[in-house]
Amino acid sequence: MMAAAMRFVNRSTLRLGMGQQYLGFSSAPKEKTASVRAAHALPAKVKIVEVGPRDGLQNEKTVVPTEAKIHLINMLSESGLPVIEATSFVSPKWVPQMADQVEVMKGISKKPGVSYPVLTPNLKGFQAALNAGASEVAIFGAASELFSKKNINCSVEESLQRFEEVMKAAKEAAVPVRGYVSCVVGCPYEGQVAPKKVAQVAKRLYSMGCYEISLGDTIGVGTPGSMTKMLEAVSKEVPVSALAVHCHDTYGQALANILIALQMGISVVDSSVAGLGGCPYAQGASGNVATEDVVYMLHGLGIQTGVELSKLMDAGAFICRTLNRKTSSKVAQATCKL
Amino acid sequence: MGNVPTTVKHCLSYRQIIEDYPWLRSWLQEEKIISDHDYPEFVKIVEVGPRDGLQNEKEIVPTRVKIQLIDMLSTTGLSVIEATSFVSSKWVPQMADHTEVLQGIQRVPHVRYPVLTPNMKGFQDAVAAGATEVAVFGSASETFSRKNINCSIAESMLRFEEVIRTAKDRQIPVRGYVSCALGCPHERHVEPSKVAEVAKKLYEMGCYEISLGDTIGVGTPGSMFKMLQTVMKDVPVNALAVHCHDTYGQALPNILTALQMGVSVVDSAVAGLGGCPYAQGSSGNVSTEDVLYMLQGMGIETGVNLDRVIEAGDFICNALDRRSSSKVSQARSRTL
Repeated sequence: MMAAAMRFVNRSTLRLGMGQQYLGFSSAPKEKTASVRAAHALPAKVKIVEVGPRDGLQNEKTVVPTEAKIHLINMLSESGLPVIEATSFVSPKWVPQMADQVEVMKGISKKPGVSYPVLTPNLKGFQAALNAGASEVAIFGAASELFSKKNINCSVEESLQRFEEVMKAAKEAAVPVRGYVSCVVGCPYEGQVAPKKVAQVAKRLYSMGCYEISLGDTIGVGTPGSMTKMLEAVSKEVPVSALAVHCHDTYGQALANILIALQMGISVVDSSVAGLGGCPYAQGASGNVATEDVVYMLHGLGIQTGVELSKLMDAGAFICRTLNRKTSSKVAQATCKL
Repeated sequence: MGNVPTTVKHCLSYRQIIEDYPWLRSWLQEEKIISDHDYPEFVKIVEVGPRDGLQNEKEIVPTRVKIQLIDMLSTTGLSVIEATSFVSSKWVPQMADHTEVLQGIQRVPHVRYPVLTPNMKGFQDAVAAGATEVAVFGSASETFSRKNINCSIAESMLRFEEVIRTAKDRQIPVRGYVSCALGCPHERHVEPSKVAEVAKKLYEMGCYEISLGDTIGVGTPGSMFKMLQTVMKDVPVNALAVHCHDTYGQALPNILTALQMGVSVVDSAVAGLGGCPYAQGSSGNVSTEDVLYMLQGMGIETGVNLDRVIEAGDFICNALDRRSSSKVSQARSRTL
């Protein structure tokens, strides 16, 4: 079995460094420089968090009619996805695409066993979400001060204080909250982002009560190198079972980064059907990683997702027709043409 | 180890250990696969854009454009650039100008320019045109072999044996390719043991390196791992290369898996040139820029300048009037 074969074996070993010729036999376990990295077998199951209807559509130029959004979410529900981010309770002044948040929330056919989290940037949004029938919400922090200021007009600390309000209300309403951290491996304004900073923000969100922290490579600049360093730092502060990765494919690195995350024990992956949602910091470049491509890789690794790829591709085909755009999923592109 | 006598040093050397206990090699290699990931410090990129890339592009590229592309690539730091193919122009019109290309390029010292030679005639033409390195193409799938080069795997091996023998006499190194290493457009599943068989044959015949090709890009880290694990029992990992296609977006994770298993040679094509002939309109070769970006991010040396490769990619895409398939190139050209 693939997963078993990749399992780290803790026994003495001879180091095969390049040009090194020394004996390293010992009865002591081999020292691990990347302590978390190699120690885990690949997870048997991965939970896919589908962010197409929210993160995806939010970054598409064409405003999608409400019925189409609802139909998309319903199709995604049928594909076996366990979590589908439905909409965002943010002011329509800022995000016109999400202006129909209430209608969408009330219009979708909620499948039993599937969660439909919604974004709630503040208490007002949270209350509106609850009134519209939301039973799970999400809040967005940033690991970069400049990004926080430019994106939501306040410092990271101020944003976390805002979220404390939401967390309190959510606890009272027994509504689970998912936390996002953006710019985890790079910021469009600050450039490099210190893994310690990411760990700090992740820890704050987790201790505030978020059940899961999704670490976002907002501009897709991450590579297996920076992902490893960041995940090592974060997993010291937040248990790996509460972590998710939200990789963007702007530089084509998403699947490689996701693979690294899986190898480090992460078993929750965010993705977007058809790779919806370009990158707002590199016009015309791609953004979210395509769910179809992620599922293809996971299934090829023998990892269960519960998702039926063909139904997922149908949903992708539908939304691309609606948006009159080509899919960004390579699996979808290849499959239609064979 | 300054005070240790030479004989003792010799006994303690890794090489001696392996000689005395050959079974240890595969044990250690297995260990390397599943223990903490020791990535190679250096990865050699084999640039296949001018041959594999252009061969799969619909537009026929003028000879001077091909030459300029190769000349631009020669200034990027790439150490191997597959220049052309000495195959019959009846089958591959894009490569009809093979002699002019090989004779027209400015060969940079320390850069090698292998060319494909499917048979003796091709080999002789290549040598006459000044080739100093050649490549032969085997397949792990019988059906693919028959449909692609009109003969069985065994027959193709006989053909190559002749080429390799003659090449050896002239001290011309030969690189071996195995196509359909992770799947075949006709047979679908391909047994890792078959891939190993063909790779081993090519290696024993005298190929210095075997490039394992995921011809239709269907592989995933799962199938890549299984295939490499099997092949590495018969061919040393430092003689292996991976040639991943990105048709299903899996190329980079597949390459990452190969690196984790000790492979340190990666084939790629500038701008991701070359679509997939088995999935019209889909992508084919993984783009060199995206591979470089990943390797750089991992602190792995390649000796290649990414910006210069992007420039070469922009040049050929302009000439072909097509968008680059490289995400790095797309992102760089559009970053605000």
